[in-house]
Amino acid sequence: MAVTEAPGRQLQTPWIERIPAAWWALGFLLLAMPAFANNFWLFQVFGWTFILGIIALSLMFLAGYGGMVSLLQMTVAALGGYMVAILGTSGVEQISLGLPWWLTIPLAIVIAAVFGTLVGALAVRTEGIYTIMITLAIASAFFYFARQNYGIFNGYTGFNLVVPPQLFGVDWRQPTAFYYLTLGCAVICYAAVVYVSRSPFGLALQGVRDNPRRMAALGFNVTAHRIAAYTLASVIAAVGGILLVWQNAQISPGTAGIPAVIDILVIAVVGGIRRPIGPFIGALIYVLLRTFSPDVLSAFGLSNERFKLLIGLGFLAVVFFSPDGVLGLWERWKARRGRRRDPLTGKEAGQ
Amino acid sequence: MQGFASRHPVWTVVIAVVLAVLLWLILAPWTPEMEGVLGRKRVFLNAIFSGITLGALYFLVAAGFTLIFGLMRNVNLAHGSLYLLGGYLGYEISEATGSWLLAFPAVFVLVALLGLVLQHQVFRRMEGEELRQTMVTIGISVVLADIMLWIWGGQSYTILSPDWLSGPMELPIVTGTNRAGETVYMRYPQVRIAILIAAIVIGVAMWLVLNRTRLGMLVRAGVDDREMLSASGIRIQYVFLAVFAFGAGLAGIGGIVGGTFQSLSPGEDTRFLLASLVVVIVGGMGSIPGAAIGALLIGLAEQIGLVYAPTYSVVFTFLIMAAVLAFRPQGLLGSRR
Repeated sequence: MAVTEAPGRQLQTPWIERIPAAWWALGFLLLAMPAFANNFWLFQVFGWTFILGIIALSLMFLAGYGGMVSLLQMTVAALGGYMVAILGTSGVEQISLGLPWWLTIPLAIVIAAVFGTLVGALAVRTEGIYTIMITLAIASAFFYFARQNYGIFNGYTGFNLVVPPQLFGVDWRQPTAFYYLTLGCAVICYAAVVYVSRSPFGLALQGVRDNPRRMAALGFNVTAHRIAAYTLASVIAAVGGILLVWQNAQISPGTAGIPAVIDILVIAVVGGIRRPIGPFIGALIYVLLRTFSPDVLSAFGLSNERFKLLIGLGFLAVVFFSPDGVLGLWERWKARRGRRRDPLTGKEAGQ
Repeated sequence: MQGFASRHPVWTVVIAVVLAVLLWLILAPWTPEMEGVLGRKRVFLNAIFSGITLGALYFLVAAGFTLIFGLMRNVNLAHGSLYLLGGYLGYEISEATGSWLLAFPAVFVLVALLGLVLQHQVFRRMEGEELRQTMVTIGISVVLADIMLWIWGGQSYTILSPDWLSGPMELPIVTGTNRAGETVYMRYPQVRIAILIAAIVIGVAMWLVLNRTRLGMLVRAGVDDREMLSASGIRIQYVFLAVFAFGAGLAGIGGIVGGTFQSLSPGEDTRFLLASLVVVIVGGMGSIPGAAIGALLIGLAEQIGLVYAPTYSVVFTFLIMAAVLAFRPQGLLGSRR
């Protein structure tokens, strides 16, 4: 009941107003989606979009804030998925240990994070394109190893019947429940990346990206920051990988194959690796293309299998014309519209 | 060589001892006790020779890759696609003309032309933007892989070697004695020996061109300092075009060789791209002798691993790579920049 408030408080707008209206609209749309979208859209299109978006988000974090393009993220995700299958329950009973979910999931994330950190420690010894080459080589080593190893990874067949636990009496593989599960994880990962990017660690990481020598001279441990970035990205990728194995209910070496590894890069680059929302936009475009391109292609009289060509050409076009992806295109379009107005009178420049 | 020996006496001794033991294992007849520990000598010799032949093939593919990288600093991740395309074209040409030898110059020219177009139309537009180049080459390899799948389908092809190269030949290396007490000599497919000799000839020729000719001098100068070379009046873009075309053509020839003693199918492109990556990481970027040593190491590791520890043969390759990265990040023969 204070009549006078502290002057500083009046200047601050309430947090509700600080979030742009478009974000509110997007949030309500995503929350209300199950009311008007059918199960196929919820489970296949949006569930898959969020999962691929999470994995690509981990790449965006490394590439956008750390300046390290790592092709390892799909491998880390697949390792997380494998660990859930190996430690938890699956159709392959002679390998799966059948531990309870509250032990399986943290362990899977920790193991994937340790793997990602170790490989990251190896990869940060190199820079730029070398990082791409080394992570690509390690990713393919994992693929071949998982395909040949029958003792742990069950070789070519992999694991089937890997389903999420029945928690709070909800079957989390039901489309609506799974939609909210993936949406929740995506939002948490997105928020985590945004938060970390503004934290002292994230700012130092961006400094390392822009000028490692100066950061080293200022007393920052450049290598440690880069390795820590790999650890965080691995945790995010592992979350995506666990969701992916739950969605497909199976995992096999193909999950971490070279095409899948390249797809994550394509998604992140097409969406835009400057901002955390980019990977989700890229994932939505990829999933829509992947889901509906057979229909479009057969409408043009081409074989269904040519969608890879379509994706490859689209990727080429984006990389050629807009290095920062679809987001970059959008921002440039906005900037051009903004420039047309005369800054003094506010009139359109052409008139 | 002498410089290395005086700088690293311990390593020289270690390498010499390893080589001597290896030579002795290859040349000397094995006693029954040794066979009890290491298995049949024939198996061991076959693993060694397949490893060396595979190394020769890896060298053919990786030499172009490392040359292109060393000179132009661009990572051509479409190199594996050039290899596979060369293989398919070689198959078509040798089927159509019936001549295996004719396929080599024809494929070299065709794939080199594609390389010229790539360098002129793609890489020149984004010089110095390494990341963008890498991504563009990834896109190109995806598109090329799908177009090749479209044309040649998913089945695997094998290029038939000509009659005069088919069949085994006897090498003056003892594998053991047969029941009658006669010495048995090793038999090995002729075509693989031919491939090995061809790879050695090409490697030596590349080394000679690089170290003894004016063009080689230009290329070496470009590897060391590109800006200074172009500032001294050399039209460096022509050097770039020539090197790129040569590297691409070499990858195409590698495709024919690979199609002759292995097979061609979708997925081989990434396999050979990765092999080239590992070879140049191990051997050192931009170094032809490094590529040769790396290719030999990787080929041997792959084949020996395949014989003695089939599950983990892939892992050996990558362990070598990880060890090199951990202790000598610039590669065995790479120079620190």
